[in-house]
Amino acid sequence: MENMKRDKTVHRGVCHLLLAMLALVLPAAVSAEPSGQAMSFTCAGCHGTDGASVGPSMPAIAGMDPEVFVDAMQAYRQDERNASIMNRIAKAYTDEQLKEMAWFFASQRLRLFPQPHDPVLAEQGARLHEEYCEKCHEKGGRPGDAGTLAGQWMPYLHYSMEDFINGKRKWPRKMQRKVDAAIEAAGDKAIPALVNYYGSQQ
Amino acid sequence: MTNLKRRTFIRAAGAAAALGTLGFPSLVLGAARRVVVVGGGVGGCTAAKYLRKLDPSIAVTLIESKPAYTSCFMSNEVLSGERTLQSLTFGYDGLRGHGIEVLQETVVGIDPERRQVKTAGGRAIDYDACVVSPGIGFKWGAIEGYDEQVANEAIPHAWNAGPQTQLLRDQIEAMPEGGHVIIVAPPDPFKCPPGPYERASQIALYCKHHKPRAKITILDAKDAFSKQALYIEGWTKLYGYGTDNSLIQWVSAAGGGAVEALDPSTRTLTGLVEEFQGDVVNIIPPQKAGAIAFAADLVDGDWCPVNKRTFESSRHKGIYVLGDASSAATMPKSAYAANSQAKVAAAAIVAGFQGKEPDDPTFVNTCYSVVGEDFGISVAAVYRLNAETNTIESIPGSGGVSPANASPEIRKREVSYAHSWFKNVINDMME
Ligand SMILES: Cc1cc2nc3c(=O)[nH]c(=O)nc-3n(C[C@H](O)[C@H](O)[C@H](O)COP(=O)(O)OP(=O)(O)OC[C@H]3O[C@@H](n4cnc5c(N)ncnc54)[C@H](O)[C@@H]3O)c2cc1C
Repeated sequence: MENMKRDKTVHRGVCHLLLAMLALVLPAAVSAEPSGQAMSFTCAGCHGTDGASVGPSMPAIAGMDPEVFVDAMQAYRQDERNASIMNRIAKAYTDEQLKEMAWFFASQRLRLFPQPHDPVLAEQGARLHEEYCEKCHEKGGRPGDAGTLAGQWMPYLHYSMEDFINGKRKWPRKMQRKVDAAIEAAGDKAIPALVNYYGSQQ
Repeated sequence: MTNLKRRTFIRAAGAAAALGTLGFPSLVLGAARRVVVVGGGVGGCTAAKYLRKLDPSIAVTLIESKPAYTSCFMSNEVLSGERTLQSLTFGYDGLRGHGIEVLQETVVGIDPERRQVKTAGGRAIDYDACVVSPGIGFKWGAIEGYDEQVANEAIPHAWNAGPQTQLLRDQIEAMPEGGHVIIVAPPDPFKCPPGPYERASQIALYCKHHKPRAKITILDAKDAFSKQALYIEGWTKLYGYGTDNSLIQWVSAAGGGAVEALDPSTRTLTGLVEEFQGDVVNIIPPQKAGAIAFAADLVDGDWCPVNKRTFESSRHKGIYVLGDASSAATMPKSAYAANSQAKVAAAAIVAGFQGKEPDDPTFVNTCYSVVGEDFGISVAAVYRLNAETNTIESIPGSGGVSPANASPEIRKREVSYAHSWFKNVINDMME
């Protein structure tokens, strides 16, 4: 399976190269579908230029793992995540287009902005993270195949955790157990502590 | 996902190989291309920034009459006192930082033959491509007795954010306890279709806390309006809509809301059926493209027809008309739409300079409205070109408005999304 995919990929790559050369040789070729870049540019009104959000409720999506991006968009498309404007937007794109956008954002530089946070909570969150989250959200939650937590906007992180806990977003494997355990250990403070920890990172 | 990763690499390698063999043409063409952008609002700023982003060899000059941009979006929150005009005002240094030359001048003419823009200060600036995003103008005379001077001094339209927005805010604060505010809403098409109703909501938000016996009447030239069901849900919940004590009344055209004349001295409006008298009157006049669009012969009727693939004027080659001034149905006249159109035009201009066909365009619009405390609503759409009909169509099965009767949590989040959207769209256009 993996091999087949690779063949197809290489094949596509060659096609792209040939197409690109053809386009240069034969000017005024037939117009092409919108590029991943062009589609990604339309997101900037809400997610900032190239996905470097400066609005605290909108997640930074620059530097996002492409698989996480595609998963998120597919979940929105299928109304599997708490209804936001994204459910309505995601329905406009095919899987192929989502991958194109995923690639665009994955190759953008993540820019983080200082956020007001409670250092005491952040300290407690750091310990909780180490114990319950670090295994999947490696290096303090730096961008990776478990998403971007470190330096992510805090209001957005709050919304996400609310949605997980209220059953409005599907838990990734093992996460529910870990979050339950963190809440068991730190009570009502667990989620704010974690969010403050991630928000404190630069 | 390694699959995806491999692909980009292959693509990048392909692009590099292509450049290696065939990368010369743009260099051979010689002198840097110049794009002159008329109007430093949403469309103009975004186009300027993205032209440089897509091709830093292009010289971009942005010409704007005002020293700074004051956004209309979020300006209804000035009326409730939730924010100041200052918080909506942004300078052009961010764009200068992207290597864009910004001139404070008013453009008075565009010569499509000589490819030259003329300013009131007597400058003539050559261009290879010209982008025009001047926003709207008003159809004075549509309501008898209402003209520009009356608007500036007594009965503001406040539909371009600035001193009139402050005047309207001051009038609302100064009106008596049980005062009556009248908003006259315009016929389609106009800038920001949900705007007049967000305005009524924001004034109601202020009155609820400071003048609870006040009344706000919307006199409408239409029988329906944007996000209507959601507004009514919000008004019912927050402002007693539908009861005798409702802060907000909406009078449709069919119900006698169309207004023919104003007597500014008594603030009395003449409708088809009856007269309405207000303590504060806000008239949002019918609209058309900004003046330069008429001076440069870019209009057909009230708006500027464009090729929807590129936003190049259908009337003059080499001139691209964006935003409110363009005829871009079914996209609304919104900041998000102007921002999205600007990127399509920038890409088309860059492709044109390279002798390439532009890709099919892709557009998005989203628009949040803040109905009151913890009550936000939105509309969104993703658009594509229908090349056969030269129309922009919403992609079937996508888009639409916020769900009816959503949880308080969702409504509350949409308020914070509105405010974050504001930060990001400003960032994307001018930082
Ligand atoms: C109350 C209100 C609320 C709104 N809320 C929203 C919202 O929530 N979301 C949303 O998406 N949209 C909203 N809008 C709509 C949004 O403001 C416009 O659609 C958007 O500004 C259009 O961009 P534009 O580039 O076409 O014009 P503008 O942003 O109006 O920019 C035009 C610029 O051109 C300059 N100019 C004009 N003629 C000349 C000339 N001859 N020479 C030099 N400079 C010139 C003007 O000074 C101005 O700076 C709202 C509008 C209003 C009135």
